[in-house]
Amino acid sequence: MGVELATERPGFYEMADIDVSDSELVYHVRDALKSVSQGDSDRYNQLIAVMHYTGRLAPDEVAMLVTSLKALSGSISYIDIIHHESLLSSIFGMSMWNYGPDVMDALVELIISLAASNGKFVDSCLDMLVRNFMPPKSYLDLLGHPRGLARKHEVLDRVHSALSHIADLVPLAPMRLTPIILQRMPHMFDKEALIVIYVESMLLLESSALGELVGSTMLMALVDRLIDLDVEISWDDIIHEDSGKGIFDMELEDVDDIIDHAEIDGFEHPRGTAGSQILGTNAVADKLDSLMVLICEHLKSCADGERLTKVFETLLQSFWVTVLNAYKSKFSQFVMFYACSLDPEHCGERFAVFLADIFVCRTHPALTRMSAVAYLASYLSRGKFLPLSLIASTLKRLVDWCLEYCHVQNGEEKTINLEAHRVFYSGCQAIMYVLCFRMRSMMDSHRLKSQLLHMPLEPIFCHQLDPLKVCLPSIVEEFLRQAKAAHLFTVSETFLFNNLLESDLSKAFGGMERLDMFFPFDPCLLKKCDRFIRPSFVYWSMVKTTYDDGEDCSSEEDINEYFDGNGKSYMESGITRSLDEHDLDLDEFEYQLNKMSITPRNSLKNGLIFKLENPFRMPARIRPSTSPESL
Amino acid sequence: MEGLKVSDANLVVYIHPSKAGKVSQSILRELSTLLFKYNEIFDGVVLAYDVTIQNKNAKVLPGIYPCFGVKLKAKMLLFSPKPDMLLEGKVVKLGKESLHVIVLGFSSASIAEEDIREEFRYRIKHGEEVFASTSHKRHVIKVGSMIQFLVKSFDEEILHISGSLIPVNTGSTKWLHKNMEEGSMVDRKKKRKDDRSEMHEHSTELLDDVGFSLKNEGRPKKSKRQRHAEQS
Repeated sequence: MGVELATERPGFYEMADIDVSDSELVYHVRDALKSVSQGDSDRYNQLIAVMHYTGRLAPDEVAMLVTSLKALSGSISYIDIIHHESLLSSIFGMSMWNYGPDVMDALVELIISLAASNGKFVDSCLDMLVRNFMPPKSYLDLLGHPRGLARKHEVLDRVHSALSHIADLVPLAPMRLTPIILQRMPHMFDKEALIVIYVESMLLLESSALGELVGSTMLMALVDRLIDLDVEISWDDIIHEDSGKGIFDMELEDVDDIIDHAEIDGFEHPRGTAGSQILGTNAVADKLDSLMVLICEHLKSCADGERLTKVFETLLQSFWVTVLNAYKSKFSQFVMFYACSLDPEHCGERFAVFLADIFVCRTHPALTRMSAVAYLASYLSRGKFLPLSLIASTLKRLVDWCLEYCHVQNGEEKTINLEAHRVFYSGCQAIMYVLCFRMRSMMDSHRLKSQLLHMPLEPIFCHQLDPLKVCLPSIVEEFLRQAKAAHLFTVSETFLFNNLLESDLSKAFGGMERLDMFFPFDPCLLKKCDRFIRPSFVYWSMVKTTYDDGEDCSSEEDINEYFDGNGKSYMESGITRSLDEHDLDLDEFEYQLNKMSITPRNSLKNGLIFKLENPFRMPARIRPSTSPESL
Repeated sequence: MEGLKVSDANLVVYIHPSKAGKVSQSILRELSTLLFKYNEIFDGVVLAYDVTIQNKNAKVLPGIYPCFGVKLKAKMLLFSPKPDMLLEGKVVKLGKESLHVIVLGFSSASIAEEDIREEFRYRIKHGEEVFASTSHKRHVIKVGSMIQFLVKSFDEEILHISGSLIPVNTGSTKWLHKNMEEGSMVDRKKKRKDDRSEMHEHSTELLDDVGFSLKNEGRPKKSKRQRHAEQS
């Protein structure tokens, strides 16, 4: 088809004739286009050949390309969708990444004119622009270099401004753009760099002028993609013991790590320090990680631009539709957590109220309600930014609901059908879980203390339905322990304080899905996005429990120094203070954390759960005052 | 402006039983899926509708989901430009080879160079690109002007109009309007009635004018159509 330009034919235009006027060129091109229908395709084919210039272009080739494109822009009405199909497909097949700014400009101008001139071209033009969100596969490696980055900015600037121009000229274009973007989204098994660069463009669109029209669809598609990736990470990749014992153990440091790196700061490491080593080699987890980083950064910029409230509504909707009912989503929900942390007053509260509403509403399916309350419990416990008053009021709502439920039961059953009351049990477990984390802080506040003491917890826990027997034993045990220390209940003798670890009844209400063991906001194991979450996250080691009075003031512990420093201030001021005043050198820490992930093999063999003898005690290195012999 | 019409329609909307508590809302939702799309049965793009429920009783359709059909009477505002109609729109882009216009804020139209009559020449005046009339000094078309143009064709899928400025009664509406009053050479007979209706900006007034022009042009006011819409 194309004629080689290296031959004696100088090409489409007479090369010597460089000051041919623009209009002459336009007429030339128009003639070429017209002559196709008359059977003469020579000049037309030459034109197509110009479009196919590849590789490093010599300056005169660049000039040829630019002038051809400009001439085509001037001959739009002569372009026929049928006769000039090959020309059109050549144009639409061009990738802006292969050319310099001059050619890019001319190409973009042509695309905009094509889209505006005839309805038939709109879809193809939009499709061409969307395809240019991503570079050709061969270019992917160059993206890391400054030259590649510069090219990326050049291309994406023009692509997005072209999209907005087309939207100005063809008002219904955004409507047609949305399905094209969703269709062209890279598959989740594609290369990470490809997915990342496409998602960048999607987020750019969300914050652009077009965002009003296409933004919510972009976000929802992204959350869908997060869940797709999330589901692909199997629970086996994360070291997971299913007995449910020692929930509160899970966040203890691996002792061997502490022996190796004694100067680790006091942040205890997420349960999967060794697990994250395994996750780290997981490509799917990396992709999820990168996408979550992008979304978190985007949310931050939304918050800075005061748009977060609106974006949050879309996120919430997406969470409700996609994440809530996904079977035990692992990390995607942290996007919600981060969004809430950016705006605790509005978004933070909205999320809690939203989840509580789902729990109390009878028309939702039981699994949804149980999932919602599991999210709520984990959220209220882990959100450092949440005001205690919100936690207290939400707790009150849960307690009121449980109490109402108790009253409705006629209490005549001899054997209790655990599955029938699963929503109730999940509600009770949620209350206990939140109180394990927050009881101390609530007791330290006068107003909340009285509120807590007035909450009708006893009638619920002493009810015939016996949630204390049924709920997850480790939670019950920790709760009762703290309740005893806080003198929460007036009747303490009747409570079974002895070994509840044998009970496995929680599985009955948790069902096949084990929703009794679902703690969605347990520490995030993804390395990169963890830095967004960490500052607003409550780790179990940071929690002051009610039985913790007057401990660990010894000065030998340099490791937990900052923590003890705050611990002292706890007792002094009696009011919970958030633990983020420490000056933590994050880079140092991250380096340490990475070093930590090379855990010695034997610690893995023993599993991550360590001391069952003292389940709620930190290992000896941290608390020398209670040194278990096992070390 | 031509191309707008109001049609009466008898519709039946089938509603899923779960929406029985909020019937009006689901009717409106179903009807709003029609908006800004070309509908073959109505022969036009639905721009607006006004619904009245005829009967509080609805017939239940037997089947797996016992949807019930609510009978409605609706007035639909339809946009259906046909060739040789005159439309008005705002110029958004002006180039040597073409003119781009937006009609009623949602429909894009383009006028190619060869469809602009010889009278207009492309010029750059005061740094701005314009199409200026060679015979009338004041007659200028630039970005932001409202122009009246003739419809050549209408793409129903993307709602794109191909237009023409060849006839003498096309061009900048401001100039045409002024010239009408001065009684100059533009053909007045057909235009006078339409002219009054064209100059209004607001869509509600536009609706009245449509009624006005409908009455005068003797177009059938009622077009009863039967439509069954499945609740998805």
